Amino acid sequence: MGQVFTTDVLIIGAGLAGERVAVESAKNGLDVTLLSLVPPRRSHSSAAQGGMQASLGNSNKGAGDNPTVHWLDTVKGSDWGADQEVARIFADNAPIAMREMAHYGVPWNRVVGGPTDYFIKGKKVTLEEPKENEGLITARDFGGTAKWRTCYTADGTGHTVLYAMDNLVSQYGITVHDRMEAISLIHENNRCYGAIVRSLKEGSLNIYYAKSTVIATGGYGRIYGASTNAVINEGTGVSIALDTGEIPLGNMEAVQFHPTGIVPTDILVTEGCRGDGGLLLDVDEYRFMPDYEPEKQELASRDVVSRRMKEHMLKGKGVKSPYGDHLWLDLRHLGEKHLKTKLREVYDICMYFIGVNPITELVPVRPTQHYSMGGIRVNKDGHSYNMEGLFSAGEAACWDMHGFNRLGGNSLAETIVAGMVVGEAVSEFTKGTELKISSSLGEKFRKIQEDKITQFYNNEGKDTVIQIRNEMAEILSNYVGIFRTGDGLKKAVDDLKTLYKRAINVKVVTKTAGRNPELTEAIKLPGMVKLALTIAKGALDRTESRGAHTREDYPARDDENWLNRTLARWPEGADEPTLTYEPVGLLDLPPGDRGYGGGQMVKMDKSLDEYNKIVDKLQKESGKLDTLEKIGEKLPKELWKES
Amino acid sequence: MARTLTFKIFRYNPFDENSVPKMQEYKLDETPRLNLYSALYRIKDELDPTLMFDFVCRAGICGSCGMTINGRPTLACRTLTKDLPDVIELHPLPFFKMLGDLSVDTGIWFREMAQSVESWIHTEKEFDPTAEEERMDNKIANDIYENERCIECGCCLAGCATAQVYTDFLGATGLNRIGRFMIDPRDKRTQEEWFELVSTDEGVFGCIGMMGCDDVCPKDLPLLEVFAYVRRKMMVSLTAK
Ligand SMILES: Cc1cc2nc3c(=O)[nH]c(=O)nc-3n(C[C@H](O)[C@H](O)[C@H](O)COP(=O)(O)OP(=O)(O)OC[C@H]3O[C@@H](n4cnc5c(N)ncnc54)[C@H](O)[C@@H]3O)c2cc1C
Ligand code: SF4
Ligand code: SF4
Ligand code: FES
Repeated sequence: MGQVFTTDVLIIGAGLAGERVAVESAKNGLDVTLLSLVPPRRSHSSAAQGGMQASLGNSNKGAGDNPTVHWLDTVKGSDWGADQEVARIFADNAPIAMREMAHYGVPWNRVVGGPTDYFIKGKKVTLEEPKENEGLITARDFGGTAKWRTCYTADGTGHTVLYAMDNLVSQYGITVHDRMEAISLIHENNRCYGAIVRSLKEGSLNIYYAKSTVIATGGYGRIYGASTNAVINEGTGVSIALDTGEIPLGNMEAVQFHPTGIVPTDILVTEGCRGDGGLLLDVDEYRFMPDYEPEKQELASRDVVSRRMKEHMLKGKGVKSPYGDHLWLDLRHLGEKHLKTKLREVYDICMYFIGVNPITELVPVRPTQHYSMGGIRVNKDGHSYNMEGLFSAGEAACWDMHGFNRLGGNSLAETIVAGMVVGEAVSEFTKGTELKISSSLGEKFRKIQEDKITQFYNNEGKDTVIQIRNEMAEILSNYVGIFRTGDGLKKAVDDLKTLYKRAINVKVVTKTAGRNPELTEAIKLPGMVKLALTIAKGALDRTESRGAHTREDYPARDDENWLNRTLARWPEGADEPTLTYEPVGLLDLPPGDRGYGGGQMVKMDKSLDEYNKIVDKLQKESGKLDTLEKIGEKLPKELWKES
Repeated sequence: MARTLTFKIFRYNPFDENSVPKMQEYKLDETPRLNLYSALYRIKDELDPTLMFDFVCRAGICGSCGMTINGRPTLACRTLTKDLPDVIELHPLPFFKMLGDLSVDTGIWFREMAQSVESWIHTEKEFDPTAEEERMDNKIANDIYENERCIECGCCLAGCATAQVYTDFLGATGLNRIGRFMIDPRDKRTQEEWFELVSTDEGVFGCIGMMGCDDVCPKDLPLLEVFAYVRRKMMVSLTAK
């Protein structure tokens, strides 16, 4: 059986976003329970090494930075898919969030005044770091930004920030239940009351009642099989929101890929490899990129390189391996000294995890799923659509500061900024509400899960979990990957629909006490296929190209018809999601050219004012709940013109 | 010729009354670039869906996959089969509570450790969102990071003689955590407060200095130096008394 717990705030997910919400709620005197699949410090946030963007502007190349410049980069980066007010809330609060984490113990790297050597585009450059800023938080460069604004701690930013945050969780005495998997929400009449949670230790099904529930379960890249995400990033948190039939997911078709994940294991090796002169070779050890991109070659943008690699492999030019096809990254000509100093991290990853010595050997790589812009659609307070008392933050959410493309360094920063902002809204909501519910509601939802489990044992299906997972990954990477076409997507949607039927019919063969790993995987399988199908359907219907969503058959960004956000709901008993659309949010920066990535554009006929007039109304019709303050309050008009 | 690897894996399910601890054998053909993360997933996916183990980041960062590999506690995701003999014996880390096969409960132990060393910055100061951050020397930031790199994998505890006897012993990871806060200028704990925390059998005086921990730490933390630093600090407050 299991136990019944009651708490003020139930937070599903103890990565950076979840823990930051927890800390804010605890500061507000609320009783908080944090759930996690793994001990919180092992959450995926710990693996982000690069850094977090905030416009502190302390370093030489950060001079002149401010939240408005950061906001501009973010909105442009999103290809105008972002909610501009949310991006503004983010950019304004990011510097505060970094300083706050400094106060709580993060050993941010600091400015050292005087001449300092850097490598910029492979060349050594000496810059004068400002003496007057000595000891303030410094920043490094990351793609797509006007200034250097990525705060970091050596090669372990996510690790140190998560450790500092988890220290706060200890300090506030917040209840943590690890090795726990939420597998259903408890809800009635569009109000959420907590979750049904399966113990990954002894396999029990527990009821957690809460005044408010927060989903902060991170990305779900593992549905693609090959992903840079941690192996636990399987999307259960997001799919249980979809399961309610009420809550929409936003922009699920917006998925980011990284060109160089190593094979096997899909660990990411940095762009720096190509920046410094690394070459991509095919099965014949032929350098193919110049054929596709004569100008930029290996240095074209992430999206473009990933797309060309995939295209070349589909032509049969990939290298066959027991782990699937891949290409080669050639770093040998860079020499031992360069690889052991400047590209030390890459050298270590290759040596430690696949035993390949990049000084003498080719490194096997392939484009790999990297980041999910989509997720549980929430308003600017982090409150979900249609479901009172359910909030979401972090990569699991579509708060929507990233639109169709997130900038490197913005997602880790989002976790702690959203954690702070959403945490305040959660606290305010929780203090103003009571838990009024009959005790049979939790039992009812627990029973549904018990029956599902019995069903898995009794099923007659011939497939194993792993078969379905492999087929799903195959479909997604072939047709819903980096470059997409109507025909391919149509096939993906059809195939995934069939796969969904097979997924709910999987038979769990082994019946062991405890967590039973086979059952654990079977339970999440249908949810994973649902997410896959939601991505595919969103991509099929969006007949334009925007940010990471690239349609070969619709290469233009179409602001007249598609300056909107996809909302996907899954009605009970349906075999595919229903899609609707809402405006992206109030526009302040008019849609324009990103200044990179190329591409054509269809301009919007409406004026900004006309567009803005309909936003609030249409979003409310889509199910957006009231926000603590009116929309637009945090979006000062045309401030950007001054920057 | 590709090798056939023999895995001998410790099996036990503490939640199953009928389960008895045993070693189970699996054969796997060795594919190129194989590491134990990929190998264990292949065993689970192709041979035995009941096998339990823990991986999260599979990149040597999260500390989930500590286990004993041919007698040595280390990270499985960072271990290549080409560096191992034909027969590979895997045991769960000793010291921690058993959850099943190669999976142990590190979460509870590390959370208790954090509570007992009060693993947070102790300061009277409130955070001021309008103020510039307090300045810090970059060298100090790097020094703190050096200790902060511990990933709580538990290998040091598995390799530590004292920890096997005194379950309350903080171990190398706990002492390292104390060292991390001692060097942090933001933490205002006094010599006396540190002394009370550390100068017990659970703390620095429980350590017999055989450095089994230092040998196995996969992050190569400078444990020797950390211990010396913490001891020195304690001796100073002892002589000051
Ligand atoms: C290799 C890599 C490098 C990256 N580097 C950077 C970078 O340098 N800069 C940057 O800005 N971004 C980076 N990112 C992105 C960034 O790391 C993530 O977006 C961010 O860490 C997500 O944090 P989160 O708190 O939302 O989720 P996570 O940290 O993933 O935490 C999710 C939590 O939810 C729990 N959970 C999940 N499902 C359930 C469930 N059903 N029940 C209970 N608990 C559950 C998990 O146990 C975990 O505690 C990187 C991503 C990758 C893959
Ligand atoms: S030196 Fe020996 S006793 Fe001390 S922590 Fe390390 S292994 Fe344990
Ligand atoms: S000190 Fe080293 S061995 Fe011990 S837990 Fe930390 S990283 Fe692991
Ligand atoms: S799985 Fe994270 S350290 Fe091995």
